Amino acid sequence: MKKCVPQRLGGPLVNEKLSPLAMAAQGQAPEVTVSKDIIRRGLISAPIVMLVSGVIWGLTGAWSAGIGLALVLLNFGLAALLISWAAPISLALMMGVSLFGYLLRLGLISLAVYLVRDASWISLPALGVTIIVSHLGLLFWEMRFIAASLAFPGLRPNA
Amino acid sequence: MEAIARLTSELIDPNSTDVLAAGKNAAAAASAGYAYGLAAIGPGIGIGYLVGKSVEAMARQPEAAGMVRTTMFLGIAFTEALALIGFVVFILLKFA
Repeated sequence: MKKCVPQRLGGPLVNEKLSPLAMAAQGQAPEVTVSKDIIRRGLISAPIVMLVSGVIWGLTGAWSAGIGLALVLLNFGLAALLISWAAPISLALMMGVSLFGYLLRLGLISLAVYLVRDASWISLPALGVTIIVSHLGLLFWEMRFIAASLAFPGLRPNA
Repeated sequence: MEAIARLTSELIDPNSTDVLAAGKNAAAAASAGYAYGLAAIGPGIGIGYLVGKSVEAMARQPEAAGMVRTTMFLGIAFTEALALIGFVVFILLKFA
């Protein structure tokens, strides 16, 4: 019985179908829009967050809340910038940038906290609580808006 | 062996507070490291899985890529919150 051997006609002996990883995302970058919305809301709520933290932890708490909120907003902005830069080039690069960007951003937050940890105007509990609460709070706020705009695209609900 | 024996005797000795304090600090540092490390592994796996599936979805339906990328970005941010919680536990255990 004759063995069926694939013929090599000048091309490689691989599946000729285009891999999803070789594709690139096209169109505008929705991450940047989402990130801008989150940053705008974060700046709007910054005085309230600093005031609440100041009431609980004093003046050091207010400064720490400001630093924490700034870190969270920078984190969102950097994530959006990295993904929107990589996606039009290739989806494989977007995967890599998403994962290594996560490590990079975690490292940058760690470095920032490490640098200010011994400062006299820093309250670490206030900083930690602000990072968690503002990150989750801003996300839930944005998610509510996005869920509404995806469900009812024509309505364009306000923030 | 001699060092271990000396450490054991110092640990048993109620007057030796330095060794106990050092042991406590070492345990706190190790716990903080484990907390941060374990908290970073889960989101790393989660983000890899999430982005992989998003790429698959964008390849299947390129016309829905915008919606997929929006939900992917939010998913990444939510997953990252777990790592941030671990990080905050770390800084509170280590520095506070």
